[in-house]
Amino acid sequence: MKEFVEGSHAVAEIVRLCKPGVVSAYPITPQTHIVEDLAQFVSDGKLAAQAVNVESEHSAASVVLGASATGVRSYTATSSQGLFYMFEVLFNISGMRLPVVMTCAARAISAPINIWNDHQDAVSLRDSGWIQLHAEDIQEAVDMHLIAYKLAENKSVMLPVMVCMDGFILTHGIETVDIPEQALVDSFLPPYAAPYKLDPAAPITMGPLVDPDSYMETRYAMQETHKQVLDLIPGITAEFAKTFGRQYNGLVEGYHIEDAERVIVAIGSVCGTIKEVIDEFRAKGKKIGLLKVSCLRPFPAQQIYDALKGVAKVAVIDRALSVGSTAPLASEVKAAFFGKKKAPSVISSFVVGLGGRDITKDSIREVVKLLNGRERNGEFIDLKPELLKESYE
Amino acid sequence: MNKNLFVSGHTACAGCGQSMAARLVIDASGPNTIIVNNTGCLEVFSTKYPESAWEVPFIHSLFENCSAVASGVESALKFLNKKEGINVIAQAGDGGTADIGLQALSGMLERGHDILFVCYDNEAYMNTGVQRSGLTPFNSNTTTSPAGSKSFGNLRPKKAMPEIAVAHGIPYVATASVAFPQDIQRKVKKAFSIKGPKYMQIHVPCPLGWRHESALTLSVAKAAVDTGLYPLFEYENGQLSAVRKLSQAKPVEEYLKMQGRFKHLMGAAEEIKKVQEIADGNIKKYGLRDQISGN
Repeated sequence: MKEFVEGSHAVAEIVRLCKPGVVSAYPITPQTHIVEDLAQFVSDGKLAAQAVNVESEHSAASVVLGASATGVRSYTATSSQGLFYMFEVLFNISGMRLPVVMTCAARAISAPINIWNDHQDAVSLRDSGWIQLHAEDIQEAVDMHLIAYKLAENKSVMLPVMVCMDGFILTHGIETVDIPEQALVDSFLPPYAAPYKLDPAAPITMGPLVDPDSYMETRYAMQETHKQVLDLIPGITAEFAKTFGRQYNGLVEGYHIEDAERVIVAIGSVCGTIKEVIDEFRAKGKKIGLLKVSCLRPFPAQQIYDALKGVAKVAVIDRALSVGSTAPLASEVKAAFFGKKKAPSVISSFVVGLGGRDITKDSIREVVKLLNGRERNGEFIDLKPELLKESYE
Repeated sequence: MNKNLFVSGHTACAGCGQSMAARLVIDASGPNTIIVNNTGCLEVFSTKYPESAWEVPFIHSLFENCSAVASGVESALKFLNKKEGINVIAQAGDGGTADIGLQALSGMLERGHDILFVCYDNEAYMNTGVQRSGLTPFNSNTTTSPAGSKSFGNLRPKKAMPEIAVAHGIPYVATASVAFPQDIQRKVKKAFSIKGPKYMQIHVPCPLGWRHESALTLSVAKAAVDTGLYPLFEYENGQLSAVRKLSQAKPVEEYLKMQGRFKHLMGAAEEIKKVQEIADGNIKKYGLRDQISGN
């Protein structure tokens, strides 16, 4: 049913429809509305889950770890410092091959403290073993939660999935969203049947000490699974389209990319702004396109190569940094062309919208303008030079 | 009697008090138990892949989160309508309980989960090589509270962990000692007869860290109780309900001299006196020589 709703509410609705048995989260802006709504659903008898109000994100992640290990579908949500406070638990969840689903309301990292949107929190978890999906709009965020559970609980995957949605822009934005019927959700997402779990009827030991004889193989297995996920996602999005009628590639999506001479690569809600700017350029006959990366982990390097190999100039927009090195997405996009015969002549890297600085259409026009010149490496857009003059001398 | 649920073949040191206590706890709890274990000696010596000493479902996640993981296990069992008849134990060493694990433990106790938390108290971080913890006793020589020309070792007495648990308003808190195996098992069974969060703290000598002969584990543990340095008591619904009486408390020196970690105190009468004051304080506080009914 189509509703005009806030992003957080829409996510809470879809999580309710996924019927998790245990929900645990700790309040942090801008994730709070999601868990408040879920708590209300439990209080109103609309969600049969155990809602565990923990004392920290570390414990929220640990609660869903324990619940998932007991064979129950589990859900958590967090943001920014909360995600970082979960850090070691998140590696533990993926290492133990538990299909937890989490929403990350993407937000900047302290210091200085800043509650607004960028991607530094989620991107910093890229080595954790979690599958990481990024939504462009609220509808996609809703749909990605269904895809997330479907993917996580696939017996050949058994890995956690993080659905990232831009804090405030999507969590607090209001759009018309199609919230699917329970029967459709049930047909797409059957009850979770854990292939291994804590059960006194068939005792197993989970989380053993693994020494150099066997540790590498556990990491290799995760790496191999991530490769398989790249092949599995198109099948899941096809089944999704059949059930719900909405088409997603799931890995990368092009916008006016077929004949594009210049392409912007980006993640998340900024893709909407980029599309508007592209429409304007296209109206003037300029062949500019967008490649949206929907799945950051596993990284769809081959799909990106295929989409961009014939493009002359590529601009990669990062809303995060790897301080001291090339911006994270740019670095991986560039690596996708290393040693290949075909490649863009320019792959320029731009850093935009950190700590919630507005990314306007002018910001994107500036990126397009700079793409005409020499290759840029981590060029900051919309910097305020007057703020850089302060010093302690 | 149950079959052993914590079987031989693990790699604990000879005379390890923790391994003995862990077996007593799980055998008293029985096969319908799920164990959640913090990182520490117990998890290391009992679960080296591909072997496991545990005949019950066992999960180890991290150093500090067993209380939260156990909360998730218990909540999942409730969701599945399977909690009835399944005991959930969260267990940790003293560091994983009183230091790094305290926040998660406090959350678990406050939320009222039906879980027994067991702290195996060997009074230092033994797994990493005998560093002091919040439960290391006063004047104990550890690698991070070493005795030296200007120090007698650990500067502070043990954190009052059982009282911290009591302060959460939970229905059952008990201390125990590996020197009294039947008492441990009675307390575990009693704990599981009560719904809600329970806290047990078991004194378990570590021959390596305390520097005593491995054959003396139970004697050392018994001496700690007999001197009043490790009082055995139970709190039910916030009230001290039972203590192990001492007909005649031994001087603390008899306990201290058994262990290398207190060797530097021998001849330092003033320092031994300070330890004696801690024991005397316990005897008074818990009424170990009063005429109240006890076990």
